[in-house]
Amino acid sequence: MLAALRERYPLADVIVLGALAALVIAVPILNLVVPTDSPLHISTFTVTLLGKYLCYATLALSVDLVWGYCGILTLGHGAFFALGGYAMGMYLMRQIGDRGVYGNPLLPDFMVFLNWPELPWYWWGFSSFPFAMAMVVAVPGLLALVFGWFAFRSRVTGVYLSIITQALTYALLLAFFRNEMGFGGNNGLTDFKDILGFNLQADGTRVALFVVTAIVLALSYVGCRAICASRYGRVVVAIRDAEDRARFLGYRVENFKLWIFVASAIVAGIAGALYVPQVGIINPSEFAPLSSIELVIWVAIGGRSSLYGAIAGALLVNYAKTQFTSFMPEAWLFVLGAMFVLGTLFLPNGIVGLGRRWAK
Amino acid sequence: MSALLALDLDEATAADEPQPGAKDVLHGSILYLEGITVSFDGFRALDDLSLYIERGELRCIIGPNGAGKSTMMDVITGKTRPDLGSAIFDRNTDLLNLSEPEIAAAGIGRKFQKPTVFEQLPVFVNLELAMRANKGVWATLFARLSGEQRDRIDAVLHTIGLIENRDLHAGALSHGQKQWLEIGMLLMQEPRLMLVDEPVAGMTHQETERTAELLVSLAGERSVVVVEHDMEFVRSIARRVTVLHEGRVLAEGSMDTVQNDPKVIEVYLGA
Ligand SMILES: Nc1ncnc2c1ncn2[C@@H]1O[C@H](COP(=O)(O)OP(=O)(O)OP(=O)(O)O)[C@@H](O)[C@H]1O
Ligand SMILES: [Mg+2]
Repeated sequence: MLAALRERYPLADVIVLGALAALVIAVPILNLVVPTDSPLHISTFTVTLLGKYLCYATLALSVDLVWGYCGILTLGHGAFFALGGYAMGMYLMRQIGDRGVYGNPLLPDFMVFLNWPELPWYWWGFSSFPFAMAMVVAVPGLLALVFGWFAFRSRVTGVYLSIITQALTYALLLAFFRNEMGFGGNNGLTDFKDILGFNLQADGTRVALFVVTAIVLALSYVGCRAICASRYGRVVVAIRDAEDRARFLGYRVENFKLWIFVASAIVAGIAGALYVPQVGIINPSEFAPLSSIELVIWVAIGGRSSLYGAIAGALLVNYAKTQFTSFMPEAWLFVLGAMFVLGTLFLPNGIVGLGRRWAK
Repeated sequence: MSALLALDLDEATAADEPQPGAKDVLHGSILYLEGITVSFDGFRALDDLSLYIERGELRCIIGPNGAGKSTMMDVITGKTRPDLGSAIFDRNTDLLNLSEPEIAAAGIGRKFQKPTVFEQLPVFVNLELAMRANKGVWATLFARLSGEQRDRIDAVLHTIGLIENRDLHAGALSHGQKQWLEIGMLLMQEPRLMLVDEPVAGMTHQETERTAELLVSLAGERSVVVVEHDMEFVRSIARRVTVLHEGRVLAEGSMDTVQNDPKVIEVYLGA
């Protein structure tokens, strides 16, 4: 009886979903209900910080899906995150209306500054929230589809694939830096005012964004878990372990890789969309090749191909980063590098691997 | 020239071993390779190779290292594209126009020389993935095992002697057990033509005997092509043997004929 239950609801899944449920209930109460002077009170700053971590955790989940399960070492997943973020940022820019510095009701400030006569066509529709949300999913998804279609069909694998994913995010970095692209260039999109009419600076909005982020992470986790548990997910692991064998069994390997890549890019895009209203800015630095490499390090430290390991890694590394950058910012990259090297040397299965060994 | 020789041999054996449809060589063949040439940087791994496999036949292919045996299997399964020649499966399927998954779907299964199983997946799942079924993305995403399919997998687990290990990760199996698992995967695929590259390497004497029995029992219903270096094993299962050497068919016939062929003795058995 107990064994059957355990098989049906693995402990790790129960912990992840239970913790997220607890956060969804506790954080709003501790921020909004508990008085400010109580030691139990959580500041809005902390709520937003937690929300940011959960966005990173969702992003890490998406990396684990393609790297951990399918063996595709993507070093460009930050691009999908950033594109989702830009789609949300464009909506938030349109929400500003005539409250910008220049007070132009039709154009965002940076376009007025560049003397643009009118809104470029690719900004059309972004005043609509549903349209913007559709773009959050469609833009990263389509880019992944096109990129993956070419890459997997021509059987690019291993290091070469990693390099072209880096090239992808680097190319986007350069493109988004350009003012002529119409995405705010170097400065990106910022000075957001509200979302769906709610003031972004209000405690209530912050808490709501946090709650939505936690729910999205939970749903992404359940979704990824379902994919991995299906026969499709097993084929993906099979491809990781012995690609030729899978082909000779009759599986079109390129399609399996393509769709897991697209699914993962969509999850990354959604994470980016939730990230932007909480941090209040999206700029080209999110496309930096280095940030994409960092994602892989989170997953490696947390533990590959378990999903919860990716979440643990993202939370742990980012918590450490927050701590470190507040007193020794210049040392952070060295610390990250050291964590990665020590992690791969001594914890090949990441911190969750360590946990599993203890459990035994 | 070599094609003519092969045709002659086919008729010769067809006479002392009558098989339905064996008279009309092309039409009775499940596999028809003609003039296959494969070069790697100018080196000819297969040189105008022609080979015909009958429906239901169990054919053994022998030949020294580097003779081109595995390369021939690569050509049949779509892994390597020949520079010249034609490869027809089941009368009208042109293998040279198909991708690996399409060839698998057409009914050709393969066991690799180096045992390749999905090490991180349980033995049971290895067999499940090999099972003949719709192998598209959507179909696999929503696939559920029926009771009947479960029983089939269990039956194969019994056949390959891995029923006790069904939930073990395939990576934890011994070399011989992996060979068996791969043969089991081949069984699950229910191919019409099985290509088995060195099935008994790393197996104990007993395991080898069981493999021989299994392969013999499969032939008839399916066509089986076995590449092996283990002569005792070949002798125990082979009705017809093809000797490859330097990418060509050197000799073909019964084990005794082949073993007494002076050309064969010179390049291979005599060595
Ligand atoms: N991809 C490749 N590139 C270059 N040469 C190759 C390639 N594949 C095979 N060869 C060469 O082609 C020849 C035939 O190889 P093949 O693997 O078919 O031999 P084999 O008969 O299976 O030998 P063995 O008994 O050792 O398995 C060998 O000389 C090998 O080195
Ligand atoms: Mg070989």
